[in-house]
Amino acid sequence: MKHTINELEDIASQVRRDIVRMVHGCQSGHPGGSLGCADFMTALYFDVMNHTTDFKMDGIGEDLFFLSNGHISPVFYSALARSGYFEVSELATFRKLNSRLQGHPTTHEHLPGIRIASGSLGQGMSVAIGAAQAKKLNKDHSLVYVLLGDGELQEGQNWEAIMYAPHNKVDNLIASIDYNGQQIDGPTEKVLSLESLQAKFEAFGWHVITSNGNDMADIVKALHYAKTLTGKGKPILNLMSTIMGNGVDFMMGSHKWHGIAPNDEQLAAALAQLPSTLKDY
Amino acid sequence: MKKYTYTEKKDTRSGFGAGLLEAGQKNPEVVALCADLVGSLKMDAFIKEFPERFFQIGIAEANMIGIAAGLTIGGKVPFTGTFANFSTGRVYDQIRQSVAYSNKNVKICASHAGLTLGEDGATHQILEDIGLMKMLPGMTVINTCDYNQTKAATIAIAEYEGPVYLRFGRPVIPVFTDPDQKFEIGKAWMVNEGTDVTIVATGHMVWKAIEAGEQLAEMGIDAEIINIHTIKPLDEAAILKSLKKTGCVVTCEEHNKFGGLGESVARLLSTELPSPQEFVAVNDSFGESGTPDQLMTKYGLDTINIVEAVQKVMKRANK
Repeated sequence: MKHTINELEDIASQVRRDIVRMVHGCQSGHPGGSLGCADFMTALYFDVMNHTTDFKMDGIGEDLFFLSNGHISPVFYSALARSGYFEVSELATFRKLNSRLQGHPTTHEHLPGIRIASGSLGQGMSVAIGAAQAKKLNKDHSLVYVLLGDGELQEGQNWEAIMYAPHNKVDNLIASIDYNGQQIDGPTEKVLSLESLQAKFEAFGWHVITSNGNDMADIVKALHYAKTLTGKGKPILNLMSTIMGNGVDFMMGSHKWHGIAPNDEQLAAALAQLPSTLKDY
Repeated sequence: MKKYTYTEKKDTRSGFGAGLLEAGQKNPEVVALCADLVGSLKMDAFIKEFPERFFQIGIAEANMIGIAAGLTIGGKVPFTGTFANFSTGRVYDQIRQSVAYSNKNVKICASHAGLTLGEDGATHQILEDIGLMKMLPGMTVINTCDYNQTKAATIAIAEYEGPVYLRFGRPVIPVFTDPDQKFEIGKAWMVNEGTDVTIVATGHMVWKAIEAGEQLAEMGIDAEIINIHTIKPLDEAAILKSLKKTGCVVTCEEHNKFGGLGESVARLLSTELPSPQEFVAVNDSFGESGTPDQLMTKYGLDTINIVEAVQKVMKRANK
């Protein structure tokens, strides 16, 4: 472990402050899913992944991460900045004209840490599989991580990729699903039910583990366990329960904060619940 | 009229297969992906020589484009192969976001383009793909005219860094270009120098343009024939130079008249050198079942259609 659980929780608190401040700063963006994945992204970038902040696109010899549900860009940008890919002050430019921090992540503006554009849903799993297969061809034993939203699984391309990875023994891939049960128009079970994701992935040939994505100790443990499952012929799925908006009481557990920004009063109320641990940008 | 002859007919897709093998031999980073059409895309030789560098995706084109984009991140040069319809329209958003906007070095190689796919009919005969692909910022769009040019283009795009759409076809057609040619992306090929009219042709229409040029010569018309294999970036200098001489142009393509090579030429001329232009292209229609020759005739893409378009455009140009 590179950090204690307490240290990681402190970082995640700062990441959450960044998220609400970024979204407030431009009065747009997606705070709900970002907050829900703050613990996961902190665990990944500060503890689990072997990576360097001296960014090279090919990422040879290091673990790679792909964000398929690109709309939770605030948590991605904060994790990248806080772990040293670029200056945290640049977070203030989120979604503003001439920024490298576009509404959805892109390589187009050459922001260090981003290896593919995402936002149009359903594409990240395929890209991660390709990157994982390139690692195998390169005899590079590092791993590939990808995060998908649960509502995003309604996109058909995912199921092409989910079918492909076990057939081709892409066992250097750890996919996580942000299983919060919410999407723009309401709960997933009302919009288009996902049924049992565990059973579905297992039927396709994945090794499925479950975790609580908002319990730092549990998510760190789950991801380290997932690493031990790599190289055994199956891709690994971390079915990660989260609460949309986690960490800000009035944003929690509702699709209503999927894609709206807090006003000044709501920002103050949110920040009062999130201790500043690394100094605000 | 310069004399062009051929001793054999071959399909352009076989030129792709041969080029892919050679590109793979030259560069160990070249990999190939296919969505259950290995035989149609002539990928067998590559697969036999480099089995570990081939990815059978199954009938899942969206996944294929995403995997190709991911493979580039580890330094690979992926060539995806399927029919033109499934290479473009079916996966437009995947190409747009994961390849073009992400500037990934993916080579989208598309066979069975246009009407000459034949009997399968309109579900498979895409006539909109050039338009779809040329509208993507940063995308290079190439449509080759015979076996040798397709082989050379395949080798050339492997050496070029950036996303490419390479379009070729199903039928056997005359092999008339130089087997040892060096393919230059974005550089027009002067097929025949002339003074009366410019014929700009791409893909399978190049041989028909040569046939038309011969007929026009017998009628006393000296046609300049230019092969635009790279529709984007367009060799604007070559077209403008020719039009300054001839003053009128006929564009020929196995594609909808909307969105194709003809419109690219029209856009150029309307701003730089307004000139009468006629379009030999499909008139905003889907295709249908039939033999390639029957379809090219029915949809107005035959040699006679080029000859008639030349006569019309010269009249408009008061020549």
